[in-house]
Amino acid sequence: MSPQATVPAAGSPEAPLLELRGVSVSFDGFWALNDLNLRLAPGELRAVIGPNGAGKTTFLDVITGKLRPTRGDVLFQGRSLVGTAEHRIVRLGIGRKFQTPRVYQNLTPRRNLELAVSRRSSPFDLLFGRLDSTARDRVQHLLGVVGLEPHANHRAGGLSHGQKQWLEIAMLVAQDPQLLLVDEPVAGLTDEETERTADLLKQLAGEHTVLVIEHDMEFIRDLQAPVTVLHEGHVLCEGSMDQVQVDPRVIEVYLGSEAEGEFR
Amino acid sequence: MADLFSSRTLRRALPWVVIVLLALLLPAVLPPFRLNLLGRFLSLGIVALGVDLIWGFTGMLSLGQGIFFSLGGYALGMYLSLNSLEPGQLPEFFSLYGVQSLPAFWRPFGSPLFTLFALWVIPALVAGVLGYLVFRNRIKGVYFSILTQAALLVFFNFFNGQQKLINGTNGLKTDTARIFGELVGSDGMQRNLFLLTVVLAVGAFLLCRWLTSGRFGDALIAIRDDEPRMRFTGYNPTAYKTLVFAVAGALAGVSGALYTVQSGIVSPQFMAVPFSIEMVIWVAVGGRGTLIGAVLGAVLINYAKSLVSEALPETWLFIQGGLFLLVVTALPDGLVGWWRSGGPGRIQAMVGWPPVAATYPELDLDPAVQAEKAELEGGAR
Repeated sequence: MSPQATVPAAGSPEAPLLELRGVSVSFDGFWALNDLNLRLAPGELRAVIGPNGAGKTTFLDVITGKLRPTRGDVLFQGRSLVGTAEHRIVRLGIGRKFQTPRVYQNLTPRRNLELAVSRRSSPFDLLFGRLDSTARDRVQHLLGVVGLEPHANHRAGGLSHGQKQWLEIAMLVAQDPQLLLVDEPVAGLTDEETERTADLLKQLAGEHTVLVIEHDMEFIRDLQAPVTVLHEGHVLCEGSMDQVQVDPRVIEVYLGSEAEGEFR
Repeated sequence: MADLFSSRTLRRALPWVVIVLLALLLPAVLPPFRLNLLGRFLSLGIVALGVDLIWGFTGMLSLGQGIFFSLGGYALGMYLSLNSLEPGQLPEFFSLYGVQSLPAFWRPFGSPLFTLFALWVIPALVAGVLGYLVFRNRIKGVYFSILTQAALLVFFNFFNGQQKLINGTNGLKTDTARIFGELVGSDGMQRNLFLLTVVLAVGAFLLCRWLTSGRFGDALIAIRDDEPRMRFTGYNPTAYKTLVFAVAGALAGVSGALYTVQSGIVSPQFMAVPFSIEMVIWVAVGGRGTLIGAVLGAVLINYAKSLVSEALPETWLFIQGGLFLLVVTALPDGLVGWWRSGGPGRIQAMVGWPPVAATYPELDLDPAVQAEKAELEGGAR
C-alpha cells in the first residue's frame, strides 16, 4: 500500500483552524493512518467515530505531536505542527483529554487546575511567579462549574470516576485552548453525567473548536454535530448523524468488523 | 497552659526551638567522638534531602548521587591540601608519583572563594549536563537508575586510577590540613564544623521545603505521577527534571564537603556502588516524599549502623537489608509516612490499648477526618 499525499480541494469558505493533509502513519509497515484528510473550521464541533482499530487515537497522537506522521502534514492556523514538541503544541492552543481520566492523583483539584490555568510554564515562573487574581478566580469558577468546590482541597485520587472526568475537562478548559481534542469523554459515566457532558461540550463549541472521539452513539446524537467516520486510518465518509447512519459503507464496516448492533 | 501549647505559632516554633537548643547543648554534652559522628550523619542528611527531591517528589531513582557527593568532597579536599603548604611546595603525594608541577586543574582550588563555589557549582553542573542529556532523550524509570549507576562506576574507576592527578585510591587526607590556622581534625574545629553542618542542613531543608511546597512542587509531583500528561498540560518536564537533578547534585556536593572534613579523608570509596544505594535506603526508611523523613532516615540509620557495628560487628548488613525489606513490604511511605497516617494508633489498638475515640475509631481517628476537622477549626478561628 502506498498512500499518496494529496491536497484536498478547498471546501469550506473559511480558512480552517486545523487541517490534516494526506497524513499517513506506519508502524513497521502497518498503516495505522492512511492518507487521512480532514479540515476543521474555527468554532466547529465535530464528532469522529469509527470501529476499533480505525486509527482514532493515532489520529489524536499525530495532531498533538506524540507521533510524527510518516507522510503528510498537520497544519494548525496555517502553521505546520510536524516536529513540534508536545508541550509547545499545547501552548499554541491545542488541548487534549485522554480516554481514561488522567488527573494528578496526589494533588488537590484546585492544584490540578492551577497547573492547567497557568499561562507561563517555565520552572522559574512557577518558583518565583504568583498566580494572578484573574487566574485564581478562573480556577474557583471552574471548580464551581464542574461541582468540585466541596472537594477542592482534598486529594484528587479520592474522587469518583465521573468527578475525575469532569476535573480533567475543567483542566482542559482552564488551558483555554482554541482546539479541544476530546477522547471518549463519557466512557464509564452514568446517563445523567453523559447528558451533562454533552451540554458542556456544546457550550464550549463556538468559543472553542471541539473535536470529540466517541463510541457512544446516543451521545453523538445528543451533540447534534457533523460526524466523520474513520475506517482503517482513512476517512470513510462525513455528514450528519442521520446521513452517516444510513450510509451502506458505514453499516458494512461496523457490522462487518464487530457487529456491535449500534446502528439498529 | 493548654491553650498556649495548642496555639499555632507555638506548634510551628517548637521544632526550631528544639533544634537550636540541641545544636547548643549537644556540643557541650556529647564526647567529641560522638559529636563528630552526629555531624557526619547530619551532613549525610543533606545528600538524602537531594535524593528525596529527585526520587520522592519527582520519581527519578538515581543510584549515582555518590558522584556529586565525591565531587564536593574532592573540591574541598584539594583546597585543604593546598592551603597548608609553604609557597612553592606540592602536596606530599605528588612526589611519590614523580609529579614535578601542580596539574593545571588544581590551581584554582588554591583560592578559598573559588572552592566555596566549586564544591556545589561543579556537582550541580555535572548533574545538570548529565541529566539534560538523559531527560531530553526521555530515559526514565529503571533505565535511568542503571544509567546513573553506570556513570557512578565510570567516575569511580577514573578517580581510583588517577594517582598522578588526585592520589588515586588513597584519596586526599584533610584532618592534618589547616584551616584558619587550626587543624581540621582538632576538637575545636570539629565542634565548629558540627554547628556549620546544623546550619547548612537546616538551610538545605528550608530550600527543599520552598521548592516542594508551591506550584513548582506541584509540577514535580505531577511529573512523578504522570509525565506524559504533564506535557499535555503544556509543561516541558525536561526543564524541571534537569533543574531538580542539578539542585540535588549541589546538595550532594555540600554534603560531601561537610562529610569529608568531618571524617578526615575523601577517597574514591565515596563513589562505591553500595554507598549510593544506601542513600536511597535512608530515604526509603525515613519516608520518601517527606523531607524530614529523609534527614531522619540518614541520621538514624547511620547512628544505628555505628552503634550496631560497635556491639555486634558483621550483623549490620543483615539489619540494613531487613530494614529495607520491612519498609518495602510494610511501610511503603517510610517511618514518617507511617507516623502521619496514624500508625502508632494502630499499634496501640493491636496490643489492646486503643487510643480513646469520642465516636467510632474508624471515623474519629482517621487522619483524613482529623485533617478536615483541623481545617474546619482553623477556618472558624
